[in-house]
Amino acid sequence: MANHKEETLALREQFDTVEQQKDASTLGMWIFLITEIMFFGGMFLAYTIYRSSYPGIFAITSSSLNVYIGAANTVVLLCSSFTMVMAVRSAQLGRQKAIIFNLILTLILGFIFLGVKAYEWNEKFVEHHVPGPGFHFVGIAQQGPAQLFFSLYFAMTGLHALHMVVGVGILTWLIIKTRQGTFTAEYMTPVDVAGLYWHFVDIIWIFLFPLLYLIDRHLK
Amino acid sequence: MITAAVQEREHYLNASYGIKSWLLTKDHKRIGLLYLATITLFFFLGGAFATLIRVELLTPQGDLVSSETYNKLFTMHGVAMVFFFLLPSIPATLGNFFLPMMIGARDLAFPRINLLSWYLLVIGGLFSLFAMLAGGVDTGWTFYTPYSTTYSNTWVIATALGIFIAGFSSILTGLNFIVTIHRMRAPGMTWFRMPLFVWSNYATSLIQVLGTPVLAVTIVLVFCERVFHIGIFDPALGGDPVLFQHLFWFYSHPAVYIMVLPGMGVISEVVSVYSRKPVFGYGFVAFSSVAIAVLGFLVWGHHLFVSTQSVYAGMVFSFLSYFVAIPSAIKVFNWTATLYKGSISFDTPMLYAFGFIGLFTIGGLTGLFVASLGIDVHVTDTYFVIAHFHYIMVGGTIMAYLAGLHYWWPKMTGRMYPEGWAKLSALVIFLGFNLTFFPQFILGYLGMPRRYHVYPPEFQVLHVLSTAGASVLAVGYLMPMIYFIWSVRYGKVATANPWGATGLEWKTPSPPPLHNFDEAPVVTHEAYDYSTVMGEVIEVG
Repeated sequence: MANHKEETLALREQFDTVEQQKDASTLGMWIFLITEIMFFGGMFLAYTIYRSSYPGIFAITSSSLNVYIGAANTVVLLCSSFTMVMAVRSAQLGRQKAIIFNLILTLILGFIFLGVKAYEWNEKFVEHHVPGPGFHFVGIAQQGPAQLFFSLYFAMTGLHALHMVVGVGILTWLIIKTRQGTFTAEYMTPVDVAGLYWHFVDIIWIFLFPLLYLIDRHLK
Repeated sequence: MITAAVQEREHYLNASYGIKSWLLTKDHKRIGLLYLATITLFFFLGGAFATLIRVELLTPQGDLVSSETYNKLFTMHGVAMVFFFLLPSIPATLGNFFLPMMIGARDLAFPRINLLSWYLLVIGGLFSLFAMLAGGVDTGWTFYTPYSTTYSNTWVIATALGIFIAGFSSILTGLNFIVTIHRMRAPGMTWFRMPLFVWSNYATSLIQVLGTPVLAVTIVLVFCERVFHIGIFDPALGGDPVLFQHLFWFYSHPAVYIMVLPGMGVISEVVSVYSRKPVFGYGFVAFSSVAIAVLGFLVWGHHLFVSTQSVYAGMVFSFLSYFVAIPSAIKVFNWTATLYKGSISFDTPMLYAFGFIGLFTIGGLTGLFVASLGIDVHVTDTYFVIAHFHYIMVGGTIMAYLAGLHYWWPKMTGRMYPEGWAKLSALVIFLGFNLTFFPQFILGYLGMPRRYHVYPPEFQVLHVLSTAGASVLAVGYLMPMIYFIWSVRYGKVATANPWGATGLEWKTPSPPPLHNFDEAPVVTHEAYDYSTVMGEVIEVG
């Protein structure tokens, strides 16, 4: 039995075959992503309920967000997904330098996204659009629901950004591991599942962008 | 000579020694024992709070503790018991230990994540313990807004954070189990040859994975609201406190099934072994677990009958809640059908299982009462509800947990527990339980509200009965604690298969070797095929 086999990264002792281990890791990541969908789902539910309760105010408050910056950030994130796929493909082919190159590109794009996000949040502080005692949205009577919109805006984009930060950590770890020569064409599961995670975070933003930035665009 | 050979054999307990070999272990069996120690601590902590509650309720006046302290007591009782004992109880201890063995695997798919999930439970537990020691929390275990977000001046954040962290422990355990069951089954272990304990843990894991993240995000929102004053649930800003209740119960109703489904799995194993018959209607029992998991997600609104939920939603939720009775009844009927013409032996696990079947039936049937809109309006927030869910959680889950602990104890430790004392404990717990909680049905029906420490004098007799029962129950729970510890050193040495059971976990020595099996198992029979163990000598010690 495998008791006497040496444990390696490519085949840990609880598994019989490399395929079994790879299957298990991939399935594990998919299930984790399902939990993430449920996690974000709670916030999407809150968003849905409040937007349908206060459609007019959500449209007005939404239009105060800078749609061009948001769109640019969406493009940045989509590009990062592309470079991530390239990293996974390079790993499948066992091309170490290409893995590192693509991971670094992904990392840079991730940082650009976070930087732009930080700039946007800072704008909210300047405009008094941060929920709390100092909140004031010019031009509407019902400050409460306006504050609700920005509560959701900060909660949702904040949670998304937190996932980006975790992703940045994972990418950094992958770059270090690749430099150490851990990954080969036979063993590249971590790159693969990290890719799944990165795409998931990307997809969350694909939903957040129209829901938060584009509420009243179809009216114009 | 034989004894000496048994002692020298290497197994998971003597393969390595020292604190480090436990705290850094990746062995699912050791992690199961770590969980066992942790949750036992929280069980007795929660029990201590319950004791204070019951002592306070001996008299109609609030003379032992102030109302503020009483609020903290029932909150901390609930938090300790639900989040740090009941939710991890069977899956994280018995499931962790036996699920891989029952499907013939060497370990769970992700041993390091398994260890991490224990650490998360401990860290979450420490946060909550800190909150309890620093002054407690008084929101009730349900953390309803806006009290929890705005008004409570107690340690809401620390407690909520503890539950948040422990939630990830639950998620990771569920994830680990699902992947393990999908990918790690031994050759020949098809889905329909799996023991029913594995099926019920699979269903449980589905709930853990799909439900717990919703609780997590709810806690995040409460946290943000309390700390950053954003207003998701704040009516002053146009937010809706009832949204919190929806989100909370979307997790916390299915969470009841996280607690009871693994217990049902234990009962399926135990009833079969001590009747020496395959479980009647295996497929129905297996799928009823999955059905309970699915239906569990569709009934949360029955906790909101007296909130501002629309009456039409209430009708739908009430209607759907009745459906949970179907798979539950399938299980109860199939267990009793398994007993029919069985060769029944009244060993301790079987006694606990009988207790489970009776008490779960009462708990389940009163569940139909509270699922009915009209009756629920009458008994909402009364001791009727308290009695109902204690029949499920204590009479159901803890009975099953003790049944499983006795059943598998010889395998876990290599020692037998003292049968006489164990039978006595089963009896004492059954009597003590009924004496504690049956009067509460009557109290509730008569109108005694929950969470009050002062009550009209005419309720006193029933409260005194309940407190007396709680004392008996406490003795009953202390007994296994003492004789289990005693048995580890002085108990008779257990054979590989003392009960003549069929599962793979019994086909390996007690306690199991480090990698569970000396020889990789190949499964050729259905589960519970007792013809395969006919020839084996059944001896104790």
